Amino acid sequence: MGYIFDSTSAVDQGADPDGKKENFYADDYAKPVVADEYRSVYVYEAPIRLWHWVNVCAVITLMITGYLIGVPLPSANGEASEWFVMGYIRYAHFAAGYVFAVGILVRFWWGAVGNRFARQVFYLPIWSRRWTSELAYQLRWQTFLERKPLRYLGHNPLAHVAMTALFLYPALFMIATGFAMYSEAAGRDSWQHAIFYWVIDIWGNTIDVHLWHRMGMWTIACFVIVHVYAAVREDIMSGQSVIGVMFNGERLFKRKF
Amino acid sequence: MGDATFYDLFRRQGISRRSILKFCGLTAASLGLPPAAAAQIAQALETKPRIPVLWLHGLECTCCSESFIRSGHPLVKDVVLSMISLDYDDTIMAAAGHQAEAIIEEIVETYKGRYIVAVEGNPPLANDGMYCIVGGKPFVERLRYACRDAQAVIAWGSCASNGCVQAARPNPTQATPVHKVITDKPIVKVPGCPPIAEVMTGVISYILTFERLPELDRQGRPMMFYSQRIHDKCYRRAHFDAGQYVEKWDDENARKGFCLYKMGCKGPTTYNACSTVGWNDGISFPIKSGHGCIGCSEEGFWDKGPFYSRLTQVAGFGIEANADTIGRTAATGALAVAAVHGGLSAVKRLRDTRQRDKDEQG
Ligand code: HEM
Ligand code: HEM
Ligand code: SF4
Repeated sequence: MGYIFDSTSAVDQGADPDGKKENFYADDYAKPVVADEYRSVYVYEAPIRLWHWVNVCAVITLMITGYLIGVPLPSANGEASEWFVMGYIRYAHFAAGYVFAVGILVRFWWGAVGNRFARQVFYLPIWSRRWTSELAYQLRWQTFLERKPLRYLGHNPLAHVAMTALFLYPALFMIATGFAMYSEAAGRDSWQHAIFYWVIDIWGNTIDVHLWHRMGMWTIACFVIVHVYAAVREDIMSGQSVIGVMFNGERLFKRKF
Repeated sequence: MGDATFYDLFRRQGISRRSILKFCGLTAASLGLPPAAAAQIAQALETKPRIPVLWLHGLECTCCSESFIRSGHPLVKDVVLSMISLDYDDTIMAAAGHQAEAIIEEIVETYKGRYIVAVEGNPPLANDGMYCIVGGKPFVERLRYACRDAQAVIAWGSCASNGCVQAARPNPTQATPVHKVITDKPIVKVPGCPPIAEVMTGVISYILTFERLPELDRQGRPMMFYSQRIHDKCYRRAHFDAGQYVEKWDDENARKGFCLYKMGCKGPTTYNACSTVGWNDGISFPIKSGHGCIGCSEEGFWDKGPFYSRLTQVAGFGIEANADTIGRTAATGALAVAAVHGGLSAVKRLRDTRQRDKDEQG
């Protein structure tokens, strides 16, 4: 087997069009013309794509309802028994929270059984000299210091950093703190209490758990802004399909860009 | 101090047997125990050797004692006070000066391992404890000495349990909660500023009669009084769920008694018994009087303000910075970077395409 960071290897440095060898340099624009305009490699399997979009829905719901839990809507009027505004907002938050948490579990499971691209988000190979130097290259590309981008089958190093450090780890934090707060209402005999209540003790006062859960929301909000922008930008600029990969799983490498 | 049991003591103080039995019934009920427990308590009081209590005062405001002697039921107050007052409590005992100080030594020597230390307040540790001198010695030394052979320690109030106001940032005297100084004894924390009188009498009666600590939660608080949040039993909870809030002090919604969440009520994050037991003989509690909970029984509550806003400020980010001001700044920054970067990218792309077209033509 090849290197741990195979799935992040830049594709433009060699020639292995079909991605059969561990180092898949799928497309070399510097080489003489290839017969077809595009070359495509199947990268993200269906469960990953499905998870991605379910996760998007859950996260958006969680951010909107979570925001409104801390800063509620203007008051409803009339009999309390006629309204359940905060009740439904919290209900939606918890329902989406379960979807989100189960989604992450499924994603972990698929990380274990799926192809190697399914494992990429779980850790950052900071010990790999190659990865760090390509991360530096990617930063230079993003600051217009490099003319041509390196192209990848999986996530490029910068996207990888964002997905892992600004989404996946914060997501685990949100689940831990979310269920810890949930356990307070679920009661001391609930499984949520048994599994997650210890998280409250890290701070000692639940109000801090609320505070950091909310900070976590803003972290993920920043990720979403950068992530969506970068997906669109790289789709146009980096000579490979980006957005399409999350729909059909195929990474297309454009010959000309 | 000659009395062998609490019963002897009560009788000598002129409390009738009938009153004592009544007290046992009340205590059992307030502890949430079954009726049979009343007889158990009575038996314990009659037969078990009396356990002396040393009530020490450190850096504090005496609001715990004030609360304690206002215990709703006069009977409870009399009985429980006589249970503890005769040994040592510098603020309410009759003895004074050296005579009083000698009592501590006497108890520690004669009742090794069979007495309780109740601590109100906490020891400040900075400058060798010089910020709280009692009887000519730093309080921290007296606390260590008194606890040396204690059976258990009761940490009264938020001062002893988690530091309270004097431990608020920047905590110049280094006021330190009791469990961080006394680490080798079982400790019951009874937080609150002050704790509710009935909670205090309930806890102390339980320990003295059953000679064991009540069931404690992960933070060391008695489950029977601290296992639920104010919010879980608040009578305004229906308005919370409905989405009906007081928006401004004295607005129409305040008059209607809507939920105080938007006014910074800390009920959702505060474990205490106020919304069930109530204060002053159950007459009221802060929320019932129209003011949000300030979370006084929670760790570091003084630094988790502002009291009148739902989102707490974040330490280290300047005054008035909460999660939303910080988060919104970061998100706006991300949007701005994306916009500028997007603009530059468009320019680059235009130049690159032109260049490529030229190359291809040439
Ligand atoms: C992307 C993930 C999530 C985001 C962005 C998010 C966001 C938020 C926000 C902003 C709040 C309000 C905090 C406050 O100001 O008090 C909140 C509260 C809460 N969240 Fe989440 N959350 C997420 C995941 C979860 C999960 C997985 C759970 C678990 C079921 C959960 C359970 C809760 C609970 C119990 C509360 C407190 C509700 C209350 O106080 O009434 N959250 N969330
Ligand atoms: C709440 C919003 C979103 C979240 C939390 C999110 C999260 C993620 C995560 C964690 C990954 C890594 C997938 C993996 O390796 O398992 C990913 C990949 C991806 N996401 Fe999103 N995403 C969001 C919204 C979007 C949107 C709106 C788009 C479409 C424009 C998008 C397009 C993509 C693409 C194209 C990839 C693959 C990137 C690549 O080619 O390397 N995402 N996203
Ligand atoms: S007043 Fe406070 S404790 Fe009562 S329901 Fe509203 S937020 Fe909860």
